[in-house]
Amino acid sequence: MSNDIRTITYQPVIGLEVHVELSTASKMFCRCSSDYFGQEPNTHTCPVCLGLPGALPVPNEKAIEGCIMIGLALNCDIALFSQFDRKHYYYPDLPKGYQISQYQHPFCAKGYILLSNNKKIRIRRVHMEEDTGKLMHQDLDGRAVSLIDFNRSGVPLVEIVTEPDFENADQVKEYLQKLQQIIRYLGVATANPDKGEMRFEPNISVRKAGETGLPDYKVEVKNINSFSFVERAINYELKRQSSILERGETPIQETRGWDERRHVTLGQRTKEEAMDYRYFPEPDIPPFQWQSEQIDALRKALPELADAKKARFIQSYSITDYDAELLTRERRLADFFEEAVKVGQQHGVEPKIIANVIINKKVDIDTMVPAELIKDIVASRKIEAIDETELLAVVQEAIASNPKAVEDYKKGKTNAVMFLVGACMRQLKGKATPERVKELLVARLDAM
Amino acid sequence: MKLYELTITEARKGLLEKNFSARELTSACLERIKAVEPKLHAFVTLTGEQALEEAQKADTLLGSGDVRPLLGIPISIKDNFCTNGVRTTASSNVLRNFVPPYDATVVRLVTEAGAIRLGKTNMDAFAHGSSTEASDFGPTRNPWNIERLPGGSSGGAAASVAADEAIAAVGSETAGSIRQPAAWCGVVGLKPTYGRVSRYGVIAMASSLDSPGPITKSVEDAALMLEVLAGHDPMDATTSPLPPKPYRKLLKEKRENLTIGISDDYFNGVDPEIVAAVQKALQEFERLGHKVKKIKLFDPQYAIAVYTILQRSEVSSNLARYDGIRYGFGRDAFGEEAQRRIMLGTYSLSAGYYDAYYAKAQKVRTLIVEDFERAFQEVDVVIGPTTPSTALPVGSSKDHPMFGEISDVLVEASTIAGLPGISICCGFSKELLPISMQIMGPYFMEDLILNLAYQYEQVTDWSNRKPNL
Repeated sequence: MSNDIRTITYQPVIGLEVHVELSTASKMFCRCSSDYFGQEPNTHTCPVCLGLPGALPVPNEKAIEGCIMIGLALNCDIALFSQFDRKHYYYPDLPKGYQISQYQHPFCAKGYILLSNNKKIRIRRVHMEEDTGKLMHQDLDGRAVSLIDFNRSGVPLVEIVTEPDFENADQVKEYLQKLQQIIRYLGVATANPDKGEMRFEPNISVRKAGETGLPDYKVEVKNINSFSFVERAINYELKRQSSILERGETPIQETRGWDERRHVTLGQRTKEEAMDYRYFPEPDIPPFQWQSEQIDALRKALPELADAKKARFIQSYSITDYDAELLTRERRLADFFEEAVKVGQQHGVEPKIIANVIINKKVDIDTMVPAELIKDIVASRKIEAIDETELLAVVQEAIASNPKAVEDYKKGKTNAVMFLVGACMRQLKGKATPERVKELLVARLDAM
Repeated sequence: MKLYELTITEARKGLLEKNFSARELTSACLERIKAVEPKLHAFVTLTGEQALEEAQKADTLLGSGDVRPLLGIPISIKDNFCTNGVRTTASSNVLRNFVPPYDATVVRLVTEAGAIRLGKTNMDAFAHGSSTEASDFGPTRNPWNIERLPGGSSGGAAASVAADEAIAAVGSETAGSIRQPAAWCGVVGLKPTYGRVSRYGVIAMASSLDSPGPITKSVEDAALMLEVLAGHDPMDATTSPLPPKPYRKLLKEKRENLTIGISDDYFNGVDPEIVAAVQKALQEFERLGHKVKKIKLFDPQYAIAVYTILQRSEVSSNLARYDGIRYGFGRDAFGEEAQRRIMLGTYSLSAGYYDAYYAKAQKVRTLIVEDFERAFQEVDVVIGPTTPSTALPVGSSKDHPMFGEISDVLVEASTIAGLPGISICCGFSKELLPISMQIMGPYFMEDLILNLAYQYEQVTDWSNRKPNL
């Protein structure tokens, strides 16, 4: 009951910052490999990403293209003038004492994502920066030490910042799924949250229902590495902040960390300790002056995104909304489906059937090519034409002439049935699927 | 004439004609270093043994007919250029034990051109200063009078060339750090256009201003060094894609009837002996067929304010990486001057002050750039004194936090604009200290200022004088 009262009285205001690591071959400002995951510490480093005296950053064009493509896919304006800035703070994993980021002139601004209920989540900016190194706190010869691995230092990072447009955790979750899907469709990042390739920082505050102004505080939550933790962290904060407001107090503006074992947020830093990053234009990298033709070329190079693809699938292939949704979740699956449709056309196999098979039989697109799938579908059609009594006779014959296998099966060696399947298949010469034969054999054997 | 007294051009001729070997030349320089270094302290680190090995290799190459431009020429490198495997300190205690795992692009270029590296020269710590007194390892002395300062921050580099310890030197200028010590030591100092020579591997002072360049005994040597150093570097995004020019060839092209601009503000408050010497030099240029024209440039004092804000801001950022976690020493190892600069720069970049300081300084910087652009529509080059005074006594910079800004007042405006400039000796004071003038030109017109400097050098003999050490 009290929960209901609260939702009536209070309304969350949520904005989101998302960091996505781009999967470029090299790092943002040097030629080191950006593939750091699971690598021996400090093996993917050079003077630049170690921030050694004298080393200079040279921007990775591929990464900037990736950032702008994300901006375009998120309906952003692409700034014709943009530049990098230095963001200063001290932390052991930041070798230069500043992070190269973007402040006044980000590559992209003012975009949006449409949720399924047509709610527009406005995107304030999409900018490019570099990742930091990683601290590892561990015991070394009986001493508690912090070690620094710079393999991740300088990996290209795109930050996507929304306006405070979310009204609940569900919207945040849907937004994140869409964002991840768009980024994966673009092929610029793998965006696996569990590998740290996609990180989330929600800004959460609560206001009385009916109010329209922004609350005069907000709470930023860091250290979240999964969609479901974002959801939980937001819901935890909503409860925490509402109960503070109910007491007639105002929550303090602060940064809190998500504790993934206890599923709570814990205070880290308050407003008074807020940092002054002393941003100023990065003098080591000249500003960018794009020609609108360059941006247009990137726009033209954008692949068809999930929403458009889904609509087209429904239209061109007469498949259901549900099937189209499932088939377009990942670009690879959608591509597989379309390729199979093409082959299927030559063999009179309908897209609808192909969609059914892919979805219901959970086809492994990593091990199968579309043509094989069509071949199987065509083959299984022939099989269906085979006389059931003929099939049963073959099964019966196999059981009768292989008493050893039957005995093994009965003793619990269920694998023995495969021997019998093999015997049947030799007789049938491909006129039935092994699955169907196995089904019949097992039914028989179990009835014996 | 002693071998160590030779210019690059002369030494190169001798080496190619097999009058002496690279090993003999290098040994001569090392002997000279041994003799005068106790008085001067131009070097922070000497690499004599390595130099002799390099000389041996150079002799082999010379024997096989190799003619690369610096083959067998012993040079000194300012200690803010990273040298792979050789300690690089920027004359700062913070980097007292720092041995870089890589070469600065400039170091790579001179090495590939065949130069022999004698060692690393002293400087104001992190290049913060114009005296080389602000070195954490003690001052360098002026070869013309060891009670005087050599200038800075490339004071060790200029002294090493003036005292014939090295045939030539690689230095760097942020505002005056090549031209001012070259002027006080009576040698040639060339500050190229910003972006003409790579900064990769140069320990940053103010990134938007730092320009590596040569300090040499002659203008022709400066042209040769620039040919080696100039060019686009894929490791430095601020280097220009413009191809470098054949500076030595262009040196000897006859360029007549040029218009030389002079601005009164560049002569106000300058030591009368210097004013007189520069005016005499201008007469010399008129005799050579050029015109002198009065123009109006911004009073150089405005450049001091702009320079101070921009440079301190960038310094506070560039020194942030010395956080005590790497390099062995903490931030308490910074000298007083670095600490002062970090504080001022941090302040001017802070929220609420940025617009009043850094952003405003950038705007004035744009005005200064435009001011020079206007001037270069009227004149081909601008000439003025390099420094307001001749070399000051040792100890002068102490307790004067703005010492550098005042002694570099005449070079700061062109530095802020990123323009090239060359300082050459144009006389001596009554105290027998060198007096120098500077020729400033439009962007990437190093060939023009070198050409004029060369014309002047051909009709005067100041560069032939040697200090009595």
